[in-house]
Amino acid sequence: MCLGIPGEVVELHPDEPHLAKVDVSGVRRMINIGLLEGENVQPGDWVLIHVGFALSKIDEEEAAAALGFLESLGQAYDDELAALAESNIE
Amino acid sequence: MTGPERGDTATQAGWAEEAVRDAAVEDAELAQYPVGREHLSKEQQVLARIDKARQRKARVKEERITLAHGSGGKATHTLIEAVFLEAFRNPLLEAMEDQAVLDIGGARLAFTTDSYVVSPVFFPGGDIGDLAVNGTVNDLAMSGARPLYLSAGFILEEGFPVADLERIVASMAAAAAAAGVQIVTGDTKVVQRGKADGCYINTAGVGLIERPVHLGADRCRPGDAVIVSGPIGDHGVTIMLARGELDIESDIVSDTAPLHELVAALLDAVPDGVRALRDATRGGVATILNEMAKASGVAVVVDETQVPVRPEANGACEILGIDPLYVACEGRLVAIVDGTHAHTALTALRHHPLGTGAAIIGHINDDPPGLVLLKTTFGGTRIVDMLVGDPLPRIC
Amino acid sequence: MRFVDEFRDAEKARVLSAQIASMCVPGREYKFMEVCGGHTHTIYKHGLEDYLPEAVRLVHGPGCPVCVIPMGRLDDAIAIAEEPDVIMTTFGDMMRVPGGRGSFFDSKAKGADIRMVYSPLDSLKIAQQNPDKRVVFMAIGFETTAPSSAMTVLRAKALGLSNFSIFCNHVTIIPAIKAILDSPDLRLDGFLGPGHVSTVIGCRPYEFISAVHGKPLVCAGFEPLDILQSVYMIMRQLQEGRSEVENQYRRVVPWDGNVKALEVINEVMELRPYFEWRGLGFISHSALKVRDAYAAFDAERIFEVPGVRVADPKACQCGEVLKGVIKPWECKVFGTACTPETPIGTCMVSSEGACAAYYNFGRFTRERVREAAG
Repeated sequence: MCLGIPGEVVELHPDEPHLAKVDVSGVRRMINIGLLEGENVQPGDWVLIHVGFALSKIDEEEAAAALGFLESLGQAYDDELAALAESNIE
Repeated sequence: MTGPERGDTATQAGWAEEAVRDAAVEDAELAQYPVGREHLSKEQQVLARIDKARQRKARVKEERITLAHGSGGKATHTLIEAVFLEAFRNPLLEAMEDQAVLDIGGARLAFTTDSYVVSPVFFPGGDIGDLAVNGTVNDLAMSGARPLYLSAGFILEEGFPVADLERIVASMAAAAAAAGVQIVTGDTKVVQRGKADGCYINTAGVGLIERPVHLGADRCRPGDAVIVSGPIGDHGVTIMLARGELDIESDIVSDTAPLHELVAALLDAVPDGVRALRDATRGGVATILNEMAKASGVAVVVDETQVPVRPEANGACEILGIDPLYVACEGRLVAIVDGTHAHTALTALRHHPLGTGAAIIGHINDDPPGLVLLKTTFGGTRIVDMLVGDPLPRIC
Repeated sequence: MRFVDEFRDAEKARVLSAQIASMCVPGREYKFMEVCGGHTHTIYKHGLEDYLPEAVRLVHGPGCPVCVIPMGRLDDAIAIAEEPDVIMTTFGDMMRVPGGRGSFFDSKAKGADIRMVYSPLDSLKIAQQNPDKRVVFMAIGFETTAPSSAMTVLRAKALGLSNFSIFCNHVTIIPAIKAILDSPDLRLDGFLGPGHVSTVIGCRPYEFISAVHGKPLVCAGFEPLDILQSVYMIMRQLQEGRSEVENQYRRVVPWDGNVKALEVINEVMELRPYFEWRGLGFISHSALKVRDAYAAFDAERIFEVPGVRVADPKACQCGEVLKGVIKPWECKVFGTACTPETPIGTCMVSSEGACAAYYNFGRFTRERVREAAG
């Protein structure tokens, strides 16, 4: 019961405030954003979609931070490998 | 609601107890034949037992036909083997290709039949009519034949609009002209309202195999390349979305197309190196690769990063939780080609308008026989088994 | 696909993998339970186990809401579906789950009007389009999905519909985790928390796991890198002697959860005093039912259901698989009586059940598959 997919809000429904159209790789569906009432969902926001409902707004900064952490891990790893290579005592 | 009185006697699921008993009997039969497996770990012994069980004679356990029997996966294959092949058995049928290859009066003919029951009958990119023509043409083309003549039998539901029928028939005429075939005989039946979903079409097709090619799923060899002629899953996704129940909009259209000229271009470029051709319909590319693996007793190794899928098809599959490898196409073929000719084959396909998106997606290995393995985009590995049930959208 | 592809980067996976391996204490084995069925599915679909050292084992837990539905409840649902004026609507996952007398799929073959939907809202639409029929939605899922069912009931009320109801089988995750922790058979070193359940309940409810039971829990996302990063974070905790709840899935999970979603669940539903879980037995306060105020939308009150308990087949070991006590292949009927085409138990039917995942994806030893794939 966990299939949640990120989608971009492209349009708010003009008459029904609890509905919005989201786009996932060019595929679009109207979903219910009632569970995010009070979060002022706007076109351009990314949300997590589960069975036709938006459960959460995707925090782009956190996403970037997570990737940044993974990059730094990679960098630290590369640095360590480099250090290991350099410290090769012949 | 009743409470959980702990002394409550619960009923039993009779079908489950019976299934366990049957399996134990079969297992006991297999256990009589020691296969020197003592050196294997417990896990490997279990897996070996499963392998043996899979090679058992096909048997249909259900009492009634379900939709799974029509999805192109395991249930379909079991039904065909246990019911149709059992009853009709003959060498020509046993080849179980998309068409039968007949030697008549010195000529080699390809002969095929198909039924079209798609719903909705009109969808983005086509309708049941051009599907029927192209699908039949393709089944013939997969043997290397030049498609010549088609039959068209219609089963119409009482109440079906004549205007819709005319639209479908116009599509068929156009598709036939485009493919260079003629519809030379046919039939019409009308059934009561509710007994046919608007319009069902059955076809048969005949073609001439003028080249000295012998293609078959049992001809794959280690070292061969696996090529797909374009992005997969477009048709199946289009139909799923067109049914309207999922409320998903997209620009995606069906990929229905006649492939005989694409095949001709391929066979012109690689006259001796093509082992097998199949068009990827129900059950998708995964089903075809499984059929090849089993028929030839080889392993098919696929590189997920090389499998072409349009972003919209991918997006729809992600939302619904389906794997594009199991989704039907109607204008794509899978070709198994001698490895040394792979690039020539690819170039030939890409030069043709219907093959611009062709890609080499994997290769054939000798081990483990009968299995399809996938190297995931992520770099891990997994098995791609035969489809079970229907690729129902999952939620998880 | 944004927010998806970046988290499937193989290069970063190799780095994480190396880091995890470097943190393993020689001679020690690590067992982490991933509670959520969605994690099981990702792990097998992407071949994630290839990225973990032999010493780190992921155990699959009971977080598959399809898997935990007892056969008797399914029989009740089928009884409702077989009423002549009923349209039963359900998620695809439920179609082939076997009850005492067969599955939804089998009933459909016999003529019952059972339709698959992607969302309970689609079910509502069917109700609006078929005023002469009674439309029932088979509501399953953990707290991830309960708010959607609840919102749909509220919509039905707002629209004044009188032919729509839900058959509520929502279950809650914490009692399931408690059942695992209380099980004497299992020695776990940590948990990968259910990422999407947490978007609703937040991370606080897991605090007792680290505080009382001393096990780290990292709330994990569903892409391969999310899972690997979560394993990395648990290993860090173990290395540093910490036992805390951490949130790896911060781009989606707020620490406090979704207050509105919790309110909506609470408005429409309440906890049942007890509920039977397949393989785990009766657990108190572990499932939801529709409140009296919304009785008009409660299928259990509208329809007569047999309410009969069906015992799990004697040979079925789903319960042990769900608790992670045995591996799929250790079940006596795995692959023989119980296969994906002929499933005895739910673990084999559900696309996120451990047995189905193993049978379809992981059936060969990792080395052999890796070798063959070149």
